[in-house]
Amino acid sequence: MAKEYETVIGLEVHVELATKTKIFCGCSTAFGAAPNTQTCPVCTGMPGALPVLNKQVLEYAIAVGLATNCDITRYGKFDRKNYFYPDNPQNYQISQLYLPICKKGSIEIETQAGGKKKIGIHEIHMEEDAGKMIHDAWEEWSLVDYNRSGVPLIEIVSEPDMRSAEEVIAYLEKLRLVIQYLGASDCKLQEGSMRADVNLSIREVGATELGTRTEMKNLNSFKAIARAIEGERARQIDLIEEGKAVVLETRRWDDAKGESYSMRSKEDAQDYRYFPDPDLVPIVVSDAMLEEIKAKQPEFRTEKMARYKEEYDIPDYDIDIITSSKHMADLFEATVAICNQPKKVSNWLMGETMRLMNEKEIEPQDLSFSPENLAKLIALVDSKAINSSVAKEVFEVMFTQDIDPNEYVEENGLQTINDEGALRKTIEEVITNNPQSVKDYHNGKEKAIGFLVGQTMKAMKGKADPGMINRILKELI
Amino acid sequence: MSLLDMTAVELAAAIKEGKTTAVEATREVLAQIEAKEELYNCYVTWDKDAALAQAEAVQVGIEAGELNGPLAGVPVAIKDNMCTKGMLTTCASKILGNFIPTFSAEAVLNLQREGAIILGKTNMDEFAMGSTTETSAFGVTKNPWNPECVPGGSSGGSAAAVAAEECFYALGSDTGGSIRQPASFCGVVGMKPTYGTVSRYGLIAYGSSLDQIGPLAKDVTDCATILEVISSHDTKDSTSVEREDTDFTKALVEDVKGIRIGIPNDYFNEGLDDEVKNAVLQAAKVLEEKGATMGHFDLGLVDYAIPAYYTIAAAEASSNLERFDGIKYGYRTPDYAGLHNMYKKTRSEGFGEEVKRRIMLGSFVLSSGYYDAYYLKALKVKTLIKKAFDEAFAKYDVILGPVAPTTAPKLGESLVDPLQMYLGDIYTIAVNLAGLPGISIPCGRDSKGLPIGLQLIGDCFQEKKLIQSAYTYEKARGKFPTPAKEVR
Repeated sequence: MAKEYETVIGLEVHVELATKTKIFCGCSTAFGAAPNTQTCPVCTGMPGALPVLNKQVLEYAIAVGLATNCDITRYGKFDRKNYFYPDNPQNYQISQLYLPICKKGSIEIETQAGGKKKIGIHEIHMEEDAGKMIHDAWEEWSLVDYNRSGVPLIEIVSEPDMRSAEEVIAYLEKLRLVIQYLGASDCKLQEGSMRADVNLSIREVGATELGTRTEMKNLNSFKAIARAIEGERARQIDLIEEGKAVVLETRRWDDAKGESYSMRSKEDAQDYRYFPDPDLVPIVVSDAMLEEIKAKQPEFRTEKMARYKEEYDIPDYDIDIITSSKHMADLFEATVAICNQPKKVSNWLMGETMRLMNEKEIEPQDLSFSPENLAKLIALVDSKAINSSVAKEVFEVMFTQDIDPNEYVEENGLQTINDEGALRKTIEEVITNNPQSVKDYHNGKEKAIGFLVGQTMKAMKGKADPGMINRILKELI
Repeated sequence: MSLLDMTAVELAAAIKEGKTTAVEATREVLAQIEAKEELYNCYVTWDKDAALAQAEAVQVGIEAGELNGPLAGVPVAIKDNMCTKGMLTTCASKILGNFIPTFSAEAVLNLQREGAIILGKTNMDEFAMGSTTETSAFGVTKNPWNPECVPGGSSGGSAAAVAAEECFYALGSDTGGSIRQPASFCGVVGMKPTYGTVSRYGLIAYGSSLDQIGPLAKDVTDCATILEVISSHDTKDSTSVEREDTDFTKALVEDVKGIRIGIPNDYFNEGLDDEVKNAVLQAAKVLEEKGATMGHFDLGLVDYAIPAYYTIAAAEASSNLERFDGIKYGYRTPDYAGLHNMYKKTRSEGFGEEVKRRIMLGSFVLSSGYYDAYYLKALKVKTLIKKAFDEAFAKYDVILGPVAPTTAPKLGESLVDPLQMYLGDIYTIAVNLAGLPGISIPCGRDSKGLPIGLQLIGDCFQEKKLIQSAYTYEKARGKFPTPAKEVR
């Protein structure tokens, strides 16, 4: 009889913090600048340069720790992790090993069965990112860009509490949401501002000992994570069934090929010679500082959902979707604050916004239209200045370019024509040109009127009020 | 009287009074460098044109009344481990043999704001690792009192340059005695302030938790004046301390009445040269006659200071020196096959023996499995040493002892036995481990004519008590001769 296996998974999640400047110097963290233009003696490891901690990094790390029920370390330190590589300008990375800023936390996820499960967080520590190596394919050299060197990261290390890809993704989504709600990071997997390494082992169902684990890197999407977990589970089961052993190693996932390969075995793992960085003073978190950060914690999703239920007359389903992204919730609230029409704002978000997001493969945090413009668009429809199909057209432009709908409607002459005389004249022409439809209508074919409305709208280039067309049509035939 | 006979403060006053100019003083000291460098080799780099150009600009500032500080117009030498923008900064190592910094150390900037004229960069033990200035990649520096002897180290170039009148004062750095010991061997005054008093920004690190910049000067007055100028709270250095009591010249008072001086018995045990011992105890007697109270006590833990120091300093150094890899600046081996080989060859060729020895020692004590047994234990010893000093300072204001067990040894004697050389740091090292201020002032000469140094140690932030005691002693002692005169 075939044995049954259980998958045991723990995650190491790196999150790039949304500070304006780097962790130990004043250089900008903005993405996409020309190579080595956002650097200084500190983040390029020049002799004599010294690091000074960016306080915002500490505040974000503590805020994430508090939101994930961690104990906050009141007396902490930074440690040096020593290893040689050109993207690491000092040849040591400033990180935390001995006294990480947060420990012993947890977050709750919803399982597929509909239950709740607590995933433990072992620790959260702060560290600096490395630069970026560019390996020239045509020449025998590599180039280094230190713009990313010193960009602040937190690493969130979970306990091995997850048992399936679904749980892993639920955990990551929850973590991402919490961090986004805090404004501590945008957490984009594709762009690398959130990176997850999967530690996975298998064991027979019922076993209490953990199996030998592997660490999987290079997972750039939730889909890749799910595929890598399935792939690694199968690979380990095959090994064990064949009577072979799983090797403790780091593997790299190739999502295109759907397989992983070994990067390095832990046997030739380096000794990082961690020790407290003498250039940085101990991190002392005072009561006052902790209280201040606690006071600044935002309204998280659960509280927000409850409030929406109270304040706005919109369906639970809408609330669920809108609050699943901090950015979308902010957009919703800001628009409602201007136009005071929650139902209509929600409809725009649930309908056209979701449709275009799917079509253009856009994440909610990347929505770029402003609440002001959405409110203006709603006002245009309310005042019947444009009809709803024109409004959808305008919205589509707004969705990508955030144009001012008032100006756009004006410039493109999209206002509904409310001149009854002109409309009446057009309808008369439509009736004359479509005798068969008129006949059908009189013979009881209600649908025929729809065709006539459509023809009128077409002749009016879409800029007529459908209600008015209906009224005049019925009057004339 | 030659301008070179003047102290830094005297020269600045003379320039301010219009008796001479910064340009004249710079010309004179440059002539002295030209005459003496071949013999002493105090400098790794000195730049005549740059110095004269600075002097001219400073003189204009002085005449316009913009520069009126106590050191305005005075030429200075900087130890070659402090970054100087646009001027070669080598740490006396082949690996930084071509390194020109893009910024200046904060201490150097503090001097320049007050109208200092940078003559050049002084020789040192490679990366400040050594006690003789013999580990420099750019030749040994010789002691101006006797060119067959070492000047001490690691700030040997700075000390020798002051003694040989190749500058009016100099900056050094002290990690385990590197200012005080060469000051003692060269018969000048050297001071290591409390850790955190002078910014380390731009000081190329050896042992970050122990390194401090300080002055080497002709007398205590200069020393206090220089320290007052270079000390600052620097937000670029996390370990920099904000303190409001850096008006050190206020402590230049000839009075030690009521000052309690403690003499640690353990600093006068076996290994201490008799002539040194007698000179130091004689100096203690002078202070007692001037009204200080004197007491003897056991400091304890003295034997543990050296192993703890070499563990901590080497551990930090092994990491601090990782950035010298041939990638971004400095020396890179000409022939290599791949990255790993480039690292290996660059560092093997670029670093000298003593530096490599300490990198290996430091890497070892931080290795997994040895960290607790060595590095952590050394940190515990450090804490105990600080406690021992705290207890002593409950009873005494100043601790008095020798700087080094002997006067300057002959060239070539020390490197033969590195362990023996390390033991020479026995009286200076604990001061760094505890972060305390210490001063070395000449208190006599031995039968070979070599200077002997007296060390005064204070509690953290108590530099003023040291300055006051040292100043009082200096006045009672009278003017100390200069080797230049002896040789003339």
